[in-house]
Amino acid sequence: MPRGKSIEFKLILFFFVSGMFIFLLIFSFTYRFSRHMIEKNVEESARNLTQSTVNKIETILSSAQKVPENLAYYLENSPYDKEQLLGLLKTVVEKNSEVYGSTVAFEPYSFERGSLYFAPYYYKSAGEIKFSYLGGAAYRYFYLDWYQIPKELGSPVWSEPYFDVGGGNIIMATYSAPFYKTDSGKRRFTGIVTADISLEWLRDIVSSIKILDSGYGFLISRNGTIVTHPLKDLIMHETIFSVAEERDDALLRRIGRKMISGESGFVPPMSIVSGKKSWMYYAPIPSTGWSLAVLFPQDEFMADIIRLNRAIAVLGTAGLLLLLGTVVFIARSIAGPLRAMAKATQEIATGNLDVEVPSVRSDDEVGKLAQAFEYMKVSLKRYIKELTETTAAKQKIESELSIAHHIQMSMLPKVFPPFPERREFDIYAFIETAKEVGGDLYDFYFIDKDRLCFVIGDVLGKGISSALFMAMTTTLFKATAAKGIGPDRILAQVDAELKKSNDEDMFLTAFLGILNTKTGEVVYANGGHNPPFIIRRNSEAVLVKETAGKVIGAYEGMDFETGRFILEPGETLFMYTDGVTEAKDDKGGFFSEERLKKKLDDLRDLPLKEVVSGVSKAIKDFSCGTAQSDDITIMALKFNGEGGSV
Amino acid sequence: MKGAILGLLFLLACPGLGAEEAVLKKASFIPHWSPQAQFAGYYVALDKGIYRKYGIDAGILQGGPDFSSCEYLKDKKADFASIWLSRAIQMRSEGVRLINVAQVMQRSALILIAKKSGGIHEPKDLNGKKVSLWEGDFQLQPKAFFKKYGLDVKIVPQSYTINLFLRDGVDAVSAMWYNEYHTIINSGIDPDELTTFFFDEYGLNFPEDGIYTLEETFRRDPSLVYAFVQASLEGWLYSFSHPDEAVDVVLKYMRDARIPVNKVHQKWMLERMRDLILPKDTSVMIGVLDRSDYEVVAGVLRENGMIKDVPDFDSFFIRCADHAKR
Repeated sequence: MPRGKSIEFKLILFFFVSGMFIFLLIFSFTYRFSRHMIEKNVEESARNLTQSTVNKIETILSSAQKVPENLAYYLENSPYDKEQLLGLLKTVVEKNSEVYGSTVAFEPYSFERGSLYFAPYYYKSAGEIKFSYLGGAAYRYFYLDWYQIPKELGSPVWSEPYFDVGGGNIIMATYSAPFYKTDSGKRRFTGIVTADISLEWLRDIVSSIKILDSGYGFLISRNGTIVTHPLKDLIMHETIFSVAEERDDALLRRIGRKMISGESGFVPPMSIVSGKKSWMYYAPIPSTGWSLAVLFPQDEFMADIIRLNRAIAVLGTAGLLLLLGTVVFIARSIAGPLRAMAKATQEIATGNLDVEVPSVRSDDEVGKLAQAFEYMKVSLKRYIKELTETTAAKQKIESELSIAHHIQMSMLPKVFPPFPERREFDIYAFIETAKEVGGDLYDFYFIDKDRLCFVIGDVLGKGISSALFMAMTTTLFKATAAKGIGPDRILAQVDAELKKSNDEDMFLTAFLGILNTKTGEVVYANGGHNPPFIIRRNSEAVLVKETAGKVIGAYEGMDFETGRFILEPGETLFMYTDGVTEAKDDKGGFFSEERLKKKLDDLRDLPLKEVVSGVSKAIKDFSCGTAQSDDITIMALKFNGEGGSV
Repeated sequence: MKGAILGLLFLLACPGLGAEEAVLKKASFIPHWSPQAQFAGYYVALDKGIYRKYGIDAGILQGGPDFSSCEYLKDKKADFASIWLSRAIQMRSEGVRLINVAQVMQRSALILIAKKSGGIHEPKDLNGKKVSLWEGDFQLQPKAFFKKYGLDVKIVPQSYTINLFLRDGVDAVSAMWYNEYHTIINSGIDPDELTTFFFDEYGLNFPEDGIYTLEETFRRDPSLVYAFVQASLEGWLYSFSHPDEAVDVVLKYMRDARIPVNKVHQKWMLERMRDLILPKDTSVMIGVLDRSDYEVVAGVLRENGMIKDVPDFDSFFIRCADHAKR
């Protein structure tokens, strides 16, 4: 049996696959759901953390902004001299811890007529306040970002963060505010006030962002320059865009562009800079346009979920295996016996009834099937045994029957013409026995030189006994006719003789006649038999006149009467048994006397043998293959007149 | 390309004349800026022993804003120097007897960059706009360009950064294609957001970096000059065929000079140098100064009153590659 199509395989496949499907469904749902929850939590805490950090930074930056802004406001609105300006500047640097240095840089020749550069600068160095003038051929501050950008934009700006090379390698940024002088209603750009702010605190704030083991924050400037990052090599050397270029990471570049354009957002897990997949939330620092990003390492946040899912996976797999085991067991307990029974059936089909039927202990449908199968086997075996016996017995009987049939047939004259030297008549007989041994008889013999006795009869019933009865009767007729008595008395004597030893109440019908071969006179008696037809030469066939009589071998009383008629030369006496008229067609209709008469009329001019064969053919055509139920016997006697055939 | 490869094969097949000499000749070279991929060919030739192969014990001096290559050459502190063509013509005109022995860069890398968001797409859009320009020779081409297109432009002095442009303090900025352009890209502006003006596309091609030496150096030992030029050009071709290796060499010299390194930036720079150095016409050999380019540059200089007369081309430029071929 091909395994692929077996019930066992189908059951296992179906249950296993659907089990697995259900498991995967639950698993993926749990995974997605828990992941979604974590993601939601991460996004929320990322937003909060980033926002609070941004606020912290913003607070410090905006307080640092106040210094140059206030100074610029003062310079625009109050008169001052050089001394006042220097004093003010020094105080600013002294009093503001976050201010590393500060200058007021004037446009060429706008503070003093004689000086191209005028930019007094106070700054902290090794815990002391120091002073110098900025500007000179080597330091043309007009063209530097901190001066040029606010001048061109007309508004205060934060510079890009930079490393202060002189002051101990600290990150700084300069906030520059332009100030103006109003001369006769005209606002004229006069210079720039700056405050150099150390960003070391910024570094501290950002690097204090620690999320689990490997989460961190980083800050980029407006140009995308990485200002703080756990990887020191990146700081101030790389922009987020150069990192993106190096990694050929278009997504990182897109995120960077969003960051520097002041957007905030949550980025689904991706590897950013550190190479570890992380969620990232970024938000702008409004005053500077810088952007702070906080990274939440995915693997660490997912660790619990991964553990949970691993446990679910292990449990699920174990459950699946258990299910598989159970299904295999059940499938085997169903399919195994079925397969064995199919095999046993094949064995039985080939005739081996001694095959072992698999025993199934269970009380379920399969068990019942096995029981029924066993019962069927036993019944079959018994039936076949009986059948074998019956068949043997039947065969024996059939062979006996066949012997009887042969005996019976051998008693009937078969050679035609029987008396080739007697030309004054023709006689021809035909018998078609039904399958079983029948009881029809016919016979003819001379009782003296000119008288031919002939008899046709039909023993009621079939089988051995009727055959024996027929044989006995045939002999009796012959013996009795030899006495030279008339037909009525022949029948009467035979009747009496049969009654003597007839224990089984068998009887027969018979028509017996004696033909005078010189005159054509026929004397006859009828013992309940179908009256024969006389086929005239020039008119329709007629039935022989009824005479008194009864069936032979049964009932008391009632004598037989002798009838007589003359057969003119060329006329034929056509005798038959009821097998002829009662032959059936496939619709159950009889051949009937009328159809016989008509047929005889049609055939009357033909030779005797052809008349008989014509009728027998008509019967065969009529019955058209319908099984013959009774013997069909025909005997025809044609008188030719003295001296030969007509 | 084909010409370049043929050139390389030729150079490989003919080792310098000095190679047969047992004693290496000393020669010093100064680039006109601090170490970066703009000078990859020289550093690679030094690092891969190409100078040595040509019989030269070469040394590369530190260049940069504080070390003018022009001064070093003029004062004989360096035997060879990398100098812009426009500067060299002016020096020659001023009486410094320097000669161009190889015009390494074939196209000018100086460009103007504007933002498309500022509505600038073609030269005429610059009219009335603020453009920041570096000083000195860097203003020659832009000013000639503005003049050519009749543009009235407000020029703002430009310092070392492009922040003024990034913050929209100016509408256009001067930039080196191999340097500031890439800095802008890596500050988050996409190339398709920018309009670039390449001067060679407007008939103002000023080929820049070339190798120069003094006439007397050449007279004293022409074979040294040939060998140095060939070795340098071979260094360039080697850099183009081994870009990663070349960038690593450059980064090494940058670190030695304590200059912040950014690998992708140097890689970009080397790729642009390739575009600028390899002649567009592949049948032209590298390192050759085109006479018409020379005339354009000299013409602009004279118009601006920076030189009185155009120095004779044939005594200014010595085709060293050609000479070696012979």
